[in-house]
Amino acid sequence: MTALLNIKALDAFYGQVQALHGLEFSLNEGSVTTLLGANGAGKTTTLRAICNMVRSTGAIEFDGEPLLGRSTENIVRLGIAHVPQGRGTFTTLTVEENLQLGAITRSDRSAVSSDIERMYAHFPVLKQRHTQQAGTLSGGEQQMLAVARALMLRPRLMLLDEPSFGLAPLIVRDLFKILGRINREEKVTILVVEQNAQLALELADHAYVIETGRIVMSGSASEIADHEDVRKSYLGY
Amino acid sequence: MELFTNQILAGISTGAIYACIALAVVMIYQAIDHLNFAQGEMAMFSTFISWQLMQWGVPYWGAFLLTLILSFMGGIFIERLLFKPLAKAPILTNVAGFIALLAILNSSAGLIWDFTIKEYPTPFGSAPFLGSRLISTHQAGMIGVTVLLLIALYVFFTYTRVGLAMRAAASVPESARLVGINTSWMIALGWGMAAAIGSIAGMLIAPVVFLEPNMMLGVLIYGFAAAVLGGLTSPFGAVIGGFLVGVIENLAGTYIPGVGNELKLPIALALIITVLVVKPAGLFGRPIVKRV
Repeated sequence: MTALLNIKALDAFYGQVQALHGLEFSLNEGSVTTLLGANGAGKTTTLRAICNMVRSTGAIEFDGEPLLGRSTENIVRLGIAHVPQGRGTFTTLTVEENLQLGAITRSDRSAVSSDIERMYAHFPVLKQRHTQQAGTLSGGEQQMLAVARALMLRPRLMLLDEPSFGLAPLIVRDLFKILGRINREEKVTILVVEQNAQLALELADHAYVIETGRIVMSGSASEIADHEDVRKSYLGY
Repeated sequence: MELFTNQILAGISTGAIYACIALAVVMIYQAIDHLNFAQGEMAMFSTFISWQLMQWGVPYWGAFLLTLILSFMGGIFIERLLFKPLAKAPILTNVAGFIALLAILNSSAGLIWDFTIKEYPTPFGSAPFLGSRLISTHQAGMIGVTVLLLIALYVFFTYTRVGLAMRAAASVPESARLVGINTSWMIALGWGMAAAIGSIAGMLIAPVVFLEPNMMLGVLIYGFAAAVLGGLTSPFGAVIGGFLVGVIENLAGTYIPGVGNELKLPIALALIITVLVVKPAGLFGRPIVKRV
C-alpha cells in the first residue's frame, strides 16, 4: 500500500506557543487511521495544520503534492474534506444548501444532484429536513450533515475532528457504522481524531498516540488497543 | 385624497433610491460586519463618471452600462487596496478607513468636476406617467429599475453557485474555506456589487437632486435609516425599509405641521434611533435560530 498522506518534522504554532514538535506519521490509501491523545495533546492542531489553518513548518505531502504554503481552499480542492470540531454548519442556510456547498468546487452538476440523493439514502433524517434552516437541527443531525457535506466533495481523504462530541451514545454508534461503510464502499481514506478511544479503535486499522505535540506510539489498531499504557490512559481498564 | 395618493407614490419612488443604497450598505455589512459610511460618496463618484461619459458623447444607456461595469471594478479595487489589509483591524480603524474614503472621494470629485450644480438627464422624461398627474415618468422609471434590480439580485443569490458561495462566506467564513470557497474574493465581489448597485441609485436620483459632490449625503442617511429599519442582516428588509422610509418621510413632511421640507432629515434620524431602541434586529432581520 502507498502512503496517501505523509507528514514529516511538522511544527505548528499559535502565536509564540509551539503546539506540535516534529510530528511524523503517514496514512495508507484506503485506510482508517485514528489519532488518540488527551486534551491539548495537539490532535486538532494536526488536522488544522493539514488544511493550513494554523502556522506550521515541516513537510506535509498529499499524494506526492506538498501542502504547506497552499491556501486552505486550494488544499480542499485537491480532495481533502475536513469536518471541523463544532461541525461548522452553515446555520442560516437550508440543509440542502449545506450539501450543495460541499460540492461547490465541482462542476459536474448532474452527478452533484445524484450525490445529494445518495447522502439522503445514507442519512434519511436529512431528507426529511432538507428545506429546514440547518441551525434548527439537533447536534446529532448537524454532525450527520457535516459528514454528508464533506462527502459531497467526493474526497480522497476525510479528516474528522471529534465526530462523537456532544452526541448521545446510540447516535455515535450509528455515525461510526456509517463512517465504516463510507470507507469500505466509497474508498475514502479517513483520519479521525477522537476522545472516545474505544470506538475509534474499533473503526480504525491503524492508530497513533500523540502526547504534547509528539507521536509517542504507533501500530495497528488492535496492537494499540491491547497495549497496557493505552488501556490505562485512554480506555479506562 | 389625491394629495395623499400622490405623496405615497412619490414616497415609493424616492424610496426606491433609498432601497438601492440600503441594499448596497447591507451587502457590505453582510460581508465584513461594518457599515460603509462612504457608500453615498461612491455612488456620487460613479454618477459623475456617467455624466462625464455622456459629456464625451456616449448615449445614456451606454454610459449607464459602462458606469455599472466601472463601478463594479472600482468597488473591487477599493476593497483590495484599502479594506483587505484592514480585515483583522479593530472596528475604529475600519471606521476611520470609511471616513477617509468618504473625504477622498468627495474632494476628488470636487477637484475634477468642481462644486457647481450640474443638470443630469433622465432617460424616462418627466411627463406625467400614463397621463396621470400622480407620478412622473421618471419616478415610475426609478421604481421600475429598482424592481428589476431586485429580481436580478434575488435570482443571483438563490439560483447561482456564486450567489450561494457568497451567502456561505458571509454566514460562516471558516466553513466556507473548508468547502473550497475563496472567501477573500467573495468579499471583494460583494464590494463590487455594492458599488454597482449604489451607482444605479446615484444615476437615478441625480435628475431629482442635481449632480454635485454633496448630493448623496442626505440620501445616505435615509439609506442607513432604511437598512436599520429593515434589518441589517436582510437584503429583502433593506428594500422594504427603503420604500417605507420614502413614504414615511413624505407623509410626515406633508401632514405633520411644522415638519415641511426642512425637517424631513431629522425624521430619518429619529427613525434610526427608534428602531435601535425598540427592535434592534429591524423588521426583517432574522433572529438566528439555534438549538442549545
